[in-house]
Amino acid sequence: MVARVAWAAMPTNRVKEVPAPTGSLLPLRRPSAPPPDERYSDVDEWGRSEQARARLRQIYGPIYRHWFRVEWEGLEKIPLAGGALLVANHAGAIPADAPAIMHGIEEELGRPVYGMADFLFRSLPLVSTAWSRGGGVAAHPDNAYRLLREQQQLALVFPEGTKGTGKVFSQRYQLRRFGRGGFIEIAMRAGVPVVPIVVVGSEEAMPILAKSGLLARMLGIPYAPLTANMLLFGPLGVLAYFPAKFRIRVLDPVYFDVPADQERYPRSRVFEEAETIRQTMQKNLYEMLRKRRSVWFG
Amino acid sequence: MGRRILITGLASFWGGQVAQAFEQDPSVEAVVGMDTDDPVVELERTEFVRTDDSYSILARLVRATQVDTVVHAGLVVNSALMGDRRLHEKNVIGTMNLLAAIGAEESRVSSLVVKSAALVYGASSQDPAWFREDCRRSFPAQTRIERSLLEVEDYLRSFAEEYRAVRVAVLRCANVLGEDLVTSFSRALTLPLTPTIAGFDPQLQFVEQDDVVRAIEFAVTRELEGVFNVAGDGRLPWSEIRTMTGRPPLLLSPVGTRLAASTLSRLRVIKLPPEMLDLLRYGRGIDNRKLKQAGFEYRYTSAGALQHFIEHQRLRRVIPDAGPAYHYQGDVEAFFRHSPSIVRDH
Repeated sequence: MVARVAWAAMPTNRVKEVPAPTGSLLPLRRPSAPPPDERYSDVDEWGRSEQARARLRQIYGPIYRHWFRVEWEGLEKIPLAGGALLVANHAGAIPADAPAIMHGIEEELGRPVYGMADFLFRSLPLVSTAWSRGGGVAAHPDNAYRLLREQQQLALVFPEGTKGTGKVFSQRYQLRRFGRGGFIEIAMRAGVPVVPIVVVGSEEAMPILAKSGLLARMLGIPYAPLTANMLLFGPLGVLAYFPAKFRIRVLDPVYFDVPADQERYPRSRVFEEAETIRQTMQKNLYEMLRKRRSVWFG
Repeated sequence: MGRRILITGLASFWGGQVAQAFEQDPSVEAVVGMDTDDPVVELERTEFVRTDDSYSILARLVRATQVDTVVHAGLVVNSALMGDRRLHEKNVIGTMNLLAAIGAEESRVSSLVVKSAALVYGASSQDPAWFREDCRRSFPAQTRIERSLLEVEDYLRSFAEEYRAVRVAVLRCANVLGEDLVTSFSRALTLPLTPTIAGFDPQLQFVEQDDVVRAIEFAVTRELEGVFNVAGDGRLPWSEIRTMTGRPPLLLSPVGTRLAASTLSRLRVIKLPPEMLDLLRYGRGIDNRKLKQAGFEYRYTSAGALQHFIEHQRLRRVIPDAGPAYHYQGDVEAFFRHSPSIVRDH
């Protein structure tokens, strides 16, 4: 009797509970758990390092405050959460607008900004590393989508590209063509608004007096400029900016009421939106120039 | 009835590993392996068949063994291993013959799993941070190994479209690190100085060798179809990799890097093939989420795979790999597998 109770108390169905090995993977020299993932640097998946960025902010902070004396207008229009595509005008042989916008938003709003730059950055030694550690990302549509849609970050693009930075001084503040409107398509696909930003001051920080097409072709770069800075400071002028007063204005975000994640969007709509944004930005630039009394004091 | 598996490239590192893994799976009824060379690992029940470079007996083999699954593990992904012609013969012609055999009328193959490499994406300045399976590479392939793998994948794609009854799964593996595997990367990481292109700090992604074997098994057992990236989570900058290995850099000039690399190769320091120089300049990331969504779990991240590799190297420095190299002997193997004198308990 006792034995029978003991038998009955035994979990006879234990054997059945063992999951059948169908589909499961078999042990073969396998560790039971992944070893702890120890990292020896703080470089993230985009190549940015917070340590490097803190150091860069330290160096750039005084330049931002005392050299360019950057002033913002409408900063509250940049969303504090969720993805948004920031779109700005681009100027100066080595554009000073990108770091000014990124630094400003990161300091004031405490949100990281991913500056999306031409691929040229990635093929230059030292520059490629410094740029990506500092928060730059190659301007690839897939990168933008991942940042905006999946990670809900702020990404900054310059739709004029090198056409904007390569223009000579007499054409200052005249927006170039906005590429092929790719940035609109990316924002639509990612389901995020476009926030236009206009910058006044960057044109005068490093004005291009002349360009050499031959030299650019020989060096394999988009343009080979002769800047006023080079004339004045010699070789140092490659990096030395004039202390132009920077004013940055954030315009109203543009929302597109189209579904995200579509294969493609109507070309006409994309072009139309791009052109509307370009015109709004151009209008605002003219307005800011009308109010500007001095290039150096704003 | 269990699965009947044919492994092509049994003598390759991956062929041996995969065969050993399937031998332990009781649901696998038969494992047949073929290659031009003798197997390099000890195999229990895998039957070995020797072929010529272009796999001409394949059709006969597929018909006679009535296999239902083929694992194509013999693709060469390291151009330092062999010359142009041999590489083309092995990868492109070999795959062509394999597909012809699988597509033949008497064939009962319903599933083909191919181990390819992330090399098909290339590495350039215009790449996205993470390649998804449907991303196109930024520039046409320049190196012969990439061209050959792309050609192979083209054949596989058109085969999959033509023969709907056969499931084709292509696994594109990131750079593999492991205890037993020797690649250009593992060599570079074990040199006293680590080759580094001055001014560049690329982000690299690794996958552990066991994870690759498991992914191949997974693709077979879960009957996957389509292209899948196989890579550990995350990427590591080359500088951090050097911190982990504790080796100082051997700086190569960013201009004329190929010349510097060919000098190193001539001095018999290390062979740095052009596709590796691209990686050392731009790095590469492949998105591993598709395979994860299919249910696969990685045991190692990129950093974990590297850490494991480094720890194994440290151990090897103190205790060298003592085991005698395995030599395949056909008559001995045949005796143990087929002689009536052997007492079999199953």
